[in-house]
Parts: sequence; C-alpha cells; structure tokens
Amino acid sequence: MKRSFVAAVVTAMLAAGAAAPVAAETPPNMLVIANRIDDIKTFDPAESFEFAGADVSRNVYNKLVNFDPLDLDAGYQPDLAESWDISEDGKTITFTMADGHVFASGNPVTAKDAEFSLRRAVLLNKTPSFILTQFGFTAENVEQTIVATDDKTLVLTLDKPYAVSFVLNCLTATIGGIVDMQTAMANEVDGDMGNGWLRTNTAGSGPYKVVDWKPNESVLMDLNPNYGGEKPAMERVIVQHIQESATQRLQLERGDIDVARNLSPEDVAGLEKVDGVKIVDELRGRLMYFSANQKNEMLSDPKVLEALKLATDYEGMSGSFLKGQYTVHQAFLPLTFLGALENKPYTYDVEAAKAALAESGFPECGPIKISVRDAQERLDIAQSLQNTWGMIGCDVELIVGTGAQTLDRYRAREHDIYLGAWGPDYPDPNTNAGTFAVNPDNSDAAGATGLLAWRNAWGIPEMSEQTLAAVVENDTDKRREMYLALQAEHQKVSPFGVMFQQIEQNGMGASVENFVAGGATTAVSYWVITK
Amino acid sequence: MPSFPPWLRKTLATVATVAATILGLLFVTFMIGRVMPIDPVLAVIGERATQEQYNQTYIDLGLDQPLLVQFGIYVNDVLHGDFGKSIRTGQEVTTDIARVFPATLELATLGTIIGIVLGVPLGVVAAVRRGSWIDQLARFVGLIGYSMPIFWLGLVGLLVFYGILGWVAGPGRLGIFYQGIVEPITGMLLIDSALRGEWTVFKDAFSHIILPASLLGYYSLAYISRMTRSFMLEQLGTEYVTTARVKGLSEWQVVWGHAFRNIRIQLITVIALAYANLLEGSVLTEIIFAWPGLGSYITTSLLANDMNSVLGGTIVIGTIFVGINIFSDLLYRFFDPRSK
Repeated sequence: MKRSFVAAVVTAMLAAGAAAPVAAETPPNMLVIANRIDDIKTFDPAESFEFAGADVSRNVYNKLVNFDPLDLDAGYQPDLAESWDISEDGKTITFTMADGHVFASGNPVTAKDAEFSLRRAVLLNKTPSFILTQFGFTAENVEQTIVATDDKTLVLTLDKPYAVSFVLNCLTATIGGIVDMQTAMANEVDGDMGNGWLRTNTAGSGPYKVVDWKPNESVLMDLNPNYGGEKPAMERVIVQHIQESATQRLQLERGDIDVARNLSPEDVAGLEKVDGVKIVDELRGRLMYFSANQKNEMLSDPKVLEALKLATDYEGMSGSFLKGQYTVHQAFLPLTFLGALENKPYTYDVEAAKAALAESGFPECGPIKISVRDAQERLDIAQSLQNTWGMIGCDVELIVGTGAQTLDRYRAREHDIYLGAWGPDYPDPNTNAGTFAVNPDNSDAAGATGLLAWRNAWGIPEMSEQTLAAVVENDTDKRREMYLALQAEHQKVSPFGVMFQQIEQNGMGASVENFVAGGATTAVSYWVITK
Repeated sequence: MPSFPPWLRKTLATVATVAATILGLLFVTFMIGRVMPIDPVLAVIGERATQEQYNQTYIDLGLDQPLLVQFGIYVNDVLHGDFGKSIRTGQEVTTDIARVFPATLELATLGTIIGIVLGVPLGVVAAVRRGSWIDQLARFVGLIGYSMPIFWLGLVGLLVFYGILGWVAGPGRLGIFYQGIVEPITGMLLIDSALRGEWTVFKDAFSHIILPASLLGYYSLAYISRMTRSFMLEQLGTEYVTTARVKGLSEWQVVWGHAFRNIRIQLITVIALAYANLLEGSVLTEIIFAWPGLGSYITTSLLANDMNSVLGGTIVIGTIFVGINIFSDLLYRFFDPRSK
C-alpha cells in the first residue's frame, strides 16, 4: 500500500509536466523493450509455460502451423508445414513439410525434426505436455502415433477424430515449436533429449535466436541468419527486465526504449500527453473471475450465486481502478476466440441482488471469505466485492496471501470464494471450456486439480459430456454454436463469476509500427515490427 | 588435552563459531522454507500440472523424506559445493549468485564509501559545532535520510537526474551499446572495465551506478553521521579533551588527533553494520533501478518459494556478516592495543 502510494505520488509529479519530448535514440534496426521477464524459467518449448517465455519462443521457434501476426483473425496458417491432409476416419493428419526452412545452426528443417520435437514433448512430460497428450499421445505409443515417414512427411495418429481446428490450434502453442534435433541431441545429458541445454539456449528456425539471457535482467535476440522468411527490419531485439511502471515510463520518455509493456493506468494517462509516444491497446486472453466452492452449503445455493453476481459492480471497477486495463466480459471464452459469447447478463443491481438473496435459503447471507493474492489489481477488485456484497448483507472477509498460498488453498478446495485470473493455454475454445466446464468426477479422490470446475467442487457430468462433444465436432459453425450454448448455460448455473477480460496497454515510440502483442491467441511477434 | 598456541586456539574458535553460525542460519532458513504454507512443488510445475506430474516432482524434490533427512541431504550437497538449481531461473544457484553478487557488492561498496566520506566529517563537524547551523543541517539530513521511503527517493532521483536533467544514465548496470564488450574478471563493471582499459564502458557504468549508489550512500550517511556526532559529543565532553585544550593544542589536533582517534573502534562497528545492511537490504533500490543484485534475487526467490536460491543467498549473506565481523575484530586489534 505504502509503495503504491509513493508510486502514485511520483506518477503525479510526472504528470505535472516533467515529461520531455521523446528523442528516438535507439538504432533504427534495433528494438529495445522494457518488460517484466522474471517469469522466464526455460526456453525449451517442451517445458516453457510462462508469458515472457512464450514471447521469446514465438520469435525463435517455427511451428508446423502458426498465426500471421498481421492477421490474427485468419487463424492458423501454414508455417513449416505447407499443407495437411485428414484421413477419412478423421484420426490421421498427414503434414507435408515446406521447403526452404533452415535452423539457426544451418541444419535444414525436416519432418524428422518435427517428429523428434513432438515426441520429446510427450516423453519429457513437463507441465504443458497435456496440450499434446490430450490427443492420445503417450510415452508408450509415440513411436507409432508421431511418425516421420520421410524428410517431407509427418503423420500424426490421434485416438479420436478431433476437430481439425482443435488439433492445429494446439500445434500453434509454444509446445508445438520445432527443435533442431541434431543440435539438441548433441547436447543431451543423461537421456534428457537436450532439455537441460535448451533451458538456456535455443535451436529453432524462427526469425531470431537467443544470444544472451541473464535471468531477471535481459534477453538479447539477434536475427537468425538462416531464417527462411522475409528479413525482419529489427536485426536485434533486447528485452530488459524493468519491474516498475514509472521507470518504464521514464525510459520511454527519454527514448531509451522503444516499447514499455507494463504501464499502470496512471502512467498510460500521463504518456498520452507526451509527443512522440503512442499507446496501443490490445485485447488479450486473460480473464478475471471469482468462483465459489460448492462444498460450502450457502455458496452452492443458486440464488446466493445469482445475488453475488448481481451485487458485483462490473462497470464501476472497469471505469475506475481498472480503467483501460480490463473490459467487462462475463463468459469463459475470451473475445476473439471461436464461439466467444458477448452477452453480459449481469449488471450491478443491489435491489435485484437483495431480492435473489431473499429467495435463497440464506436470506441473511453469512460470512464469506475471499481468497485473494497480494497483487494490487486483485486486492482492489476484492475490496470492491467486499464493499458491494456487504451492501446486500454479506459479511465478507479478505484472506490475502502470496500467489502460491492462495493457489494451494484453491487446489485443495479449501476456499470459500477464490478471486483469480485465467489465461488460455492454447488458442482453441477447449482451452477454457475444458477447465471451466468439465468435471466428470467430483470426488476428492479424483484429484483433478487442473480443472477449475473440480477445484470449486462443481460436479457437472452432463456439461462435461457436452464440452467434450465440442472437441470432436468438425463443422466449425456447429462447433461455434455448441460453445455459445455452453457459455450461456454456464453463465446461469455455474459458481463462476467471470468479470473482466484483459486489455494490454503498450506504450511505444510513435515510429514503432506493427507491434502485435499476440491478441488473445498467441504471443508477441517481433519480426514484423518496423520503426 | 594437547596444548595449542593461543593464535591457533583463537583461529579454531573462530572457525567453529563461523561454522556453527552458518549451520544454524541454514537450519532455521531451511525449516522456515519447509513449514511455510506454500507448496514448493507448485512453484516448480505451475498451476496447470496434473496430479501425476505433481506426485513425480514431489518425489524428485525429495519432499517424501523426513524433514531432518532432507536437511541432512541439503547440507551434504552444500559441503560438496552443490547448492542445487534455481527453479525460477533454471540455472545452478552458484551461477546465479556469481552473477548477482558482484552487482550488489559494487553498488553497496560505492554507497558505503560515499556514506563514509561524507558522513564521518559531517558528524564530526556537527559535534564540534553543536547547535550551530551546520549541526542543524546534519540532523536534518539525517532525519530525512531516516524518514523518507527509499522507494520514493529512488523514483524522484530517477525523475530529476535521469528524466529531467539527463545527468545520469537510466536503470540497469550498463547501456545497451556497451553490453558484452568487457570480458568479466570480477563481475564488477567499474573494476573490470578499468582493468581492461575500456574507459568508455567505465564511463557508462559509472553513469549508471552513481545515482543508486548515491541514494544508498545517503542512507549510510544519515546513519554514520548521526552516530559519529553522538560518539564525538561523548568524547568532547571528557576531561582529557579539556586537558588537551588547556595544554594549548590546536582545535584540529584536539578533534582529529585525540577525540576522533578514540571513536574509531565504535565507528568501525557502525560502518561494518551499515555496509552489511547495504549488501543484503537494498532490495527496493535494486528494483527501482533494475539492478540485478542479491537482495532482489533472494526476495524474488522467496516469493516464488525457490528455496534453493533462498538458502544459497542466505549462506552468502551469513558469510558476509560473519566475514565483516571478523574483519571488524581484526581492525579493533589494529586500532586498540588493549584488545590484542
């Protein structure tokens, strides 16, 4: 709190006119970015699962299919694979590799590299491996299910006839990055398939290669001289770890950086008045929600849940302390995803909330504990909920902890209300549907900690079946309708109160063009940027 | 019982004390890390991992063993030079510390030098001219140094000297154009660039370090000048000082030759404490100035439940404190013949 206060004071001083016109001082072929990159643990695409790591990976590793940063709405496009065919039974996908792609090492990209990369992601069994293993790939069967029949052809055999869009969307995730087999295996230690080496080094065929990484300090990327695509304008990209928004703002104003990626609403407002700087808003995939543990008798009453959703001041929050950083959104699929529901059935209405509560089995409401991590925006939201839920008579207590502490309680199903955020793991609707709307076995013994529905003890065998049916629907229009219907039902009956979707506000020099942070579906793309 | 010479007895006693201190420190830190209500497995595998991956990691981390066994394994590894890997950076903890510690050492040393060079004379003059404007100034400077949040002063310093005046370079240790030019020797950029004769790099590194070092120096100055003033006032009120003055010694000789000479021992303790505090306690300064040092490394690791990094950092800090204490003892003996 104290720190926020002093930061606000400095921000106010900045706003008072200290800002000098920007002098673009970085070289025209170099992009310098200030970002929080202390979450990078590894660059290995089979293991990397953090935001800043995904930003690096997208620029270093090509995939079989990928998103065009200048047309994200077009969905997946050919990348290392020039085409693909689906078998009649829908279980086999045959990729034909494109010519002309070469790894940074000089080795040509072949189907054997793709086979190696996807197999090792399954075999290493790191956290993101579920993105591939959900198609039936296992350590025991990868030699039969992921096969390069020659240097140009890769055949994937799935356990079910999944929607092709589902499979290909998953291959655009970080784990779909194709690694240089020869380089990785040359650095193998104790059968780790190069995992140890690839944590700190890269071996991709993307536009850039990592030449230096200092944890919590900086990542330096240079052009991959063998890149098969059009030569990027930015020959060097430096991402510096700058924790504080006010510091990023100062650097941007001084022209020492080209892009500032973690600006507070106050600093964004201040920069809007500065010549030579622009703010670019981009809708991202992160959702902010609260959820109620259904083991709590009161919170499992549908009318109590309805009352809490109605007693939430969505517009008030998004118009004040979340201004510019979040937009109101009430469905589990982020906007821009296939089948995202735009309908917002809940608006802040104290009287309606009181009426709903009166109809419930708990008209007096009761003590509610909100479990929230010690991050400023979440604390602000929690305090707003405490205030507005208090207005309908609920006695709300905030249980503040570190991210790990609150997550521990959540996974152990020990919370009353959890206030948290959820970001998509891969750019397909199932990434969220598969966790918000799947929980076939609600028993403690099931231990399905990866499912948000299970964490909230919300047993939904029927809805689970509907969700799983959507992943094998190959008609895109039908699939969209299925997700729309699922979300509409979810909004009504679920213990989830989805509130907001993130907007990323990036500050950058006025000359910087084509900076795309990745929208709701992917990560940043440096190779299209000019300035 | 064999009879050891006194110097050997003292050395053995010191070694035993150091070992016991560091072992105790490790034990306490290790136990705190294990009993904290944070799951170390989740810190490794993240929120999305399956129960099977969770169970495997639980075993891989040795968490299925009794606490004391875990501690024994850890100490054994440390004695073999293995501090483990950081789950946050994926690198060996020794590699991480070798990278971040020189940054902190360089910053804290320069900060302490600034604090001593300005703080000691200010404290002495304030004591000699008690009640004068310079005394009031010294007390005001000390008060500000103690009461202003370092986070606020750091941001204001950046705003004024970097943002508006442009006198110093911005956050970080080195500008983007100078990175990678100097091959590390000590890891301290000022020293390495000077040793390599890379004076443009030296200039840039100096431009980056001077503001955070001055900020830390100011805090040291506030503490050192206040304590110096207090020690000097005590000495200036004693009879030997009056005698010296009666004997006709100059004021310079009285103050610096007699009174100051007698506060050196106390000052060593104060400076040693100030230095040790800067080495491990400049977290906020490191965050504001994007200075990749040991303080922010340990703090960030602690928040991420990266206990290998926390324990590694703790050993370094513990060793520093013990080392500074031993060094202070040696200086006592040098300055005070009675302690020999």
